[in-house]
Amino acid sequence: MTQNAANRASDIGSPQELARLLDSCGYLTDDGLATAAYLALRMRRPLFLEGEAGVGKTALAKSLAQVLDTPLIRLQCYEGLDAAQALYDWDFPRQLLHLRTAEAAGVTDVARLESELYDRRFLIARPLLRALETSTAQRPSVLLVDEVDRADDEFEAFLLEVLSDFTISIPELGTVRAAEPPVVVLTSNRTREVHDALKRRCLYHWLEHPSYEREVAIIRRRLPQADRRLAGQVARAAQRLRAEDLLKPPGVAESLDWTEALVALGARDLDPATAAVTLGAVLKYREDQQRVTARGLDALLNGG
Amino acid sequence: MRSVTETIVGFARTVRAAGVGADPERVQTMVRALDHLDVLDPSDVYWAGRLTLCSDPADLPRYDRCFAAYFSGQTARTVRRPPPVTVTRTLALPAAPREDGEDGERADPRTATSSAAEVLRHRDVARLGAAERAEVNRLIALLEAGAERRRSRRLAPAPSGRLDPHRTVREVLRHGGEVSRLRHRAHRTRPRRVVLLVDVSGSMAPYADALLRFAHAAVRSGGRTTEAFSAGTRLTRLTRELRHRDPDTAMAAVSQAIPDWSGGTRLGEELKEFLDRFGQRGLARGAIVVIASDGWERGDASLLGAQMARLRRLAHRVVWANPHKARPGYQPLTAGMTAALPHVDHFVAGHSLAALEELAQILKAGDARA
Repeated sequence: MTQNAANRASDIGSPQELARLLDSCGYLTDDGLATAAYLALRMRRPLFLEGEAGVGKTALAKSLAQVLDTPLIRLQCYEGLDAAQALYDWDFPRQLLHLRTAEAAGVTDVARLESELYDRRFLIARPLLRALETSTAQRPSVLLVDEVDRADDEFEAFLLEVLSDFTISIPELGTVRAAEPPVVVLTSNRTREVHDALKRRCLYHWLEHPSYEREVAIIRRRLPQADRRLAGQVARAAQRLRAEDLLKPPGVAESLDWTEALVALGARDLDPATAAVTLGAVLKYREDQQRVTARGLDALLNGG
Repeated sequence: MRSVTETIVGFARTVRAAGVGADPERVQTMVRALDHLDVLDPSDVYWAGRLTLCSDPADLPRYDRCFAAYFSGQTARTVRRPPPVTVTRTLALPAAPREDGEDGERADPRTATSSAAEVLRHRDVARLGAAERAEVNRLIALLEAGAERRRSRRLAPAPSGRLDPHRTVREVLRHGGEVSRLRHRAHRTRPRRVVLLVDVSGSMAPYADALLRFAHAAVRSGGRTTEAFSAGTRLTRLTRELRHRDPDTAMAAVSQAIPDWSGGTRLGEELKEFLDRFGQRGLARGAIVVIASDGWERGDASLLGAQMARLRRLAHRVVWANPHKARPGYQPLTAGMTAALPHVDHFVAGHSLAALEELAQILKAGDARA
């Protein structure tokens, strides 16, 4: 994406312009999401995204990083995630090695040795620290805190601390402050109510499944090899599947997978025969597949 | 013409009155967001407000209503606030003849000898007088209804267990490279999630209040890992309402939140909605799920059976509390009960204080029976 390399966060003047830039990276937004991302960029307030699985929460962060031409720093949350994995950790083996070397060399200045041991070079930056350290006014880094609802509430507490003033205090070293706050995107699948204090620090956006026209456009943008007809058929079927009573209605991610599978098989048309062999790309539960097959793939593809 | 800030503050007040948690800090954020956008563009104003004032999908329809009303020039009072509902619910009159009523209390020689509290513990909550009811409610509020603990993925320092390299090496560094002692760490334990689904349909009306109070006690003792819902003809999440410390305030909030008190039952559909919207995503995974209902299913019971099977696959344990179970000669013959029972780990009554204590015990006791 060389034509985007010149984009500075401060040069993007309106939501529409950001939407255009995201578009050029293959991510189609609507008014709401473009405004949300634009405000996150200008106000440097974390963006809290919720919505069904597969509506493009994670993809937005990736595309934002692409637009700003910075690496995406991703923190995948899980239960038990702690400071040593999210913020920073000391590189103990190297510290020990340094100590041994100093001993062998006969260093006697204990105070100096101690300050050397807790030097920045022995510190391993984990995603949150890395995001603060690499973020500059010219090039803010993009931090994705993915599925924050999977982490436990202890983690929320220190995430809150980092996100409210973008500093991390390391007792042995001092406080690390971001030269420029990073652009932060948090995603949640709502398996758990995230604490209100955390949400209050953020802009909140609920992502819906896209409309038929937008879904066709997304498929065409992401998979140029699929022609308009096929993309239209897949999008139509996906919309019908969402209205159906399924355990896991397909998201955009699934329609993309499905189209990709069809393209890989060289299918030019989504007909009952090709749909039957590729159904696993879009429906991930046996019950759902049975249900749809029982109702007839013909009905799914041609309505009725 | 009013200033932008004034307009926004007025709008935020409308939104707040509609039940969206638009606190002053959020309003400030909205004003600042508008600095970056076009104040005269309705779409920009809409999104600036929606992104900053809302924090839950449930807020969005309310916000949309307020936005339409406020900016179309109507006055702020278009918001419909549900009328305050009295907390004390009228009880269905005892169906049984008064043979054990009125005089029975004081005249019965047996009850005279045992303590009044002990008698009250075993009385069916549907047949209490106002004073007794207040006492039982007070005792329910005191119930310790926390859940059993499960092993967490989080490690914490412990006297024994697996080696903790970080703390050990830190210690070594402190002692100039000498290994003086090994440090250990072990998995912590956390309370297992409890999810309560309370049937508030007509046939459960005499018991719903007590069961919701039990849910309040569970939310209070279980902390953030406890969730409660009401089911009738609509599924309502009550966790937020039940967070109030004071039981009566919580019950007032709950009775405002539930739109379908004493309506019909469509338990199968409700359970399906619960699993679709919350359960499968993670709320029911590994949780203890308590369903408080009499199983009077108006819809097709096979749906309830299928959903119970699905719930059983997700949950750690499924507990069913049916107040009618305590009646002499009760047989689980209703279509709903027969469909559900094969997928239930514990089948209890929950009709009296003692029965609720038993339920609390089941939540805490872990795999005593399973």
